[in-house]
Amino acid sequence: MTNTIKQIFHSPKFVVGFCIMAFILLSMIIYPLVNPGNPLEMIGLGSFQKPGTYVSLYDSIDSSSTIFKLPDAENNRISQKLKDEDRIAIMNWLIDYGVSESDINLSDTNSLLDLWWKNYDSSILVEGMTKAKRNYYMRLNKSLESAKRTEEYVVSHTDKELNELETVRTIENTDYVNIQDVANVKRLPLGTDNFGRDVLKELVSACGTSLRIGLIAGAIATLIGLTFGLLAGYVGGIVDDIIMFITNIFTVIPSFVLLLLISYSIGQDQRGASTIALVIGFTSWVWTARAVRAQVISLRKRDHVNLSKLSGHSLIRIIITDILPYIASYVVMAFILQISTAILAEAQLSMLGLGPKTTEVPTLGLMMNWSMLYAAHLNGSWWAYFPVLLTIALISFSLNLMNTGLDQVFNPTLRD
Amino acid sequence: MTKTGNNEIYSTEEKALCLSGKGVTKVFGSGDKKCIAVNNVNFKFHEGEFVSIVGESGSGKTTLSKILLGLLNPTDGEIFFKGEPRDISSIKKRKEYWKGTQAIFQDPFSSFNIFNKIDTVLLDCLKMRGVKRSDKQEQVRLMTEACNFVNLKFAELTNKYPFELSGGQMQRLMIARIFLLKPKILIADEPTSMIDACSRATILDMLLKLREEIGMTIIFITHDIGLAYYISDSVYIMEHGKIVESGLADEVILNPKAAYTKRLINDVPKIHEAWDLDTV
Ligand SMILES: Nc1ncnc2c1ncn2[C@@H]1O[C@H](COP(=O)(O)OP(=O)(O)OP(=O)(O)O)[C@@H](O)[C@H]1O
Ligand SMILES: [Mg+2]
Repeated sequence: MTNTIKQIFHSPKFVVGFCIMAFILLSMIIYPLVNPGNPLEMIGLGSFQKPGTYVSLYDSIDSSSTIFKLPDAENNRISQKLKDEDRIAIMNWLIDYGVSESDINLSDTNSLLDLWWKNYDSSILVEGMTKAKRNYYMRLNKSLESAKRTEEYVVSHTDKELNELETVRTIENTDYVNIQDVANVKRLPLGTDNFGRDVLKELVSACGTSLRIGLIAGAIATLIGLTFGLLAGYVGGIVDDIIMFITNIFTVIPSFVLLLLISYSIGQDQRGASTIALVIGFTSWVWTARAVRAQVISLRKRDHVNLSKLSGHSLIRIIITDILPYIASYVVMAFILQISTAILAEAQLSMLGLGPKTTEVPTLGLMMNWSMLYAAHLNGSWWAYFPVLLTIALISFSLNLMNTGLDQVFNPTLRD
Repeated sequence: MTKTGNNEIYSTEEKALCLSGKGVTKVFGSGDKKCIAVNNVNFKFHEGEFVSIVGESGSGKTTLSKILLGLLNPTDGEIFFKGEPRDISSIKKRKEYWKGTQAIFQDPFSSFNIFNKIDTVLLDCLKMRGVKRSDKQEQVRLMTEACNFVNLKFAELTNKYPFELSGGQMQRLMIARIFLLKPKILIADEPTSMIDACSRATILDMLLKLREEIGMTIIFITHDIGLAYYISDSVYIMEHGKIVESGLADEVILNPKAAYTKRLINDVPKIHEAWDLDTV
């Protein structure tokens, strides 16, 4: 026994898979401790805020500041405003206006802007330009101008009694605050989703729910499959016929179709995460049952089973001591695979809108569903779906890797 | 004493019948894959007799032995136990039958549950014999006695797993099991097939010793006709599932009728030497 475990942990595939899984499990335990709270809380008002650190503007005004004279400050300010697509737009405008293309250097910010300031005038009507386009150029010009400006900002608040503005503070373009002095800073490593919820927090919680669904569904499927397989294989006769009849029915109907039909008929309100887990478990035991049956049929002819019979052991005892240990490793592997299939099945169901109801817990599938519904993939909000995809891939990758590792240990013919 | 066209049985009047069979047939599979492993076989085994069933590999010896043990149901034919039709239809009756009928299987390596320590095998026998579970001293005494009988040291074996034993040790342990159970009928399926000549002699000695001690019937299955000649009272020669010749060992082997028996004997040079010595 200990020897087998040692062997298992000497299989590189198993160890890699195990480490990935351990990492996922650890982050699931540790992250909520570091960042507690409801994962479905809508903290942002907009949707799909991009990943990063958000500093409270309100609080930074109150924070003590220092002066830094940084040579790049102005350039940074401008290039922050000037995206790549803006540069191309500027070039297009200039060409349409009549500047020769050879004079324009896209990567040289200064020369590009010089040309722009020299030539642009919002009153000039370039031929064939739509109104929307003109407005865009006006907006761009405005934001560039504000970036170029060097005068200070004046922050003031309204004095209610005198009903006039009272200056609180002036802000120079060389003023800096230390982020640690700002009372409210929100780190959103994966931004927010369509409802303004912290994606990372949601992801960690979803990962837990999905794994739980996988465990429950996998356990149910393995248990049903094992029981049916053992009974059909060992008892044989009419029991075998009945079980094989049921199994064949389940084999003919693709389990995913069955899953869809059942989930659909349950109705949105009744579909909690555990219900979905049950449904997945009850529709995916078939191949475990078949495989276990095949193994048991070949086992029951072995002489150690015959010897057990001759020793007067009961059916139950023979199954438990003479059959089960021989297929245990196989059952463990089937269980691991079932977990991974169940997680994928939940994701598929949820993406079709037939997953658990959406208000209680996040699952990996639901997160995919939300980001698809709100077109995250179309508006470039990769953070709303890509980490979810990656997590699903990592979970099933690690489970399958562990499985192959186990297979190599238990199945000496596969060993290299 | 006469013998033997196909499937005809010789008889010894003075001994009581113990196991006999009429038209026993076993067919595996169906259609193209149909395989008649045992084909319309008749036999009569008497109490205290040492019977050998001899045949080439694949002639259906093991299948016949499983039928005798009640581990396989014959497709056709009937088995009689002490002259009465054998009834092992219920679990209870089967358990009762197995109290008096035991086996040593052909392959010692697959005869043990590799997950159990070998003590389990012997303890199961003690349980069948009705030794109390709580009586540890008696258990150890009996197991030691059984191991001594087969030249094994119980102290060395206890707490070991089957894969830590050699094939010969496993086979001996199986005989120790028989020693503990003391069944009326023993079906030994090539109990020496995987064992060197020296150990083979000891194991056969043990079987004979057991027969003397308990007075049991031994049905000995082998492909070695020379061995059968030396050891048994009567022999059954099996070819392709059929019994082609049967009778007292001396008569069948020294004076074979069936061509198949002659061929078997010719394949064993030792037999001729023995024969020559005897006839001189
Ligand atoms: N469970 C089974 N299913 C199908 N065919 C079987 C089965 N068991 C045995 N057979 C076939 O029955 C025939 C007899 O097999 P059996 O094991 O009785 O031979 P045997 O005389 O014991 O041979 P050996 O000396 O090699 O042990 C063989 O042709 C074998 O292929
Ligand atoms: Mg055999």
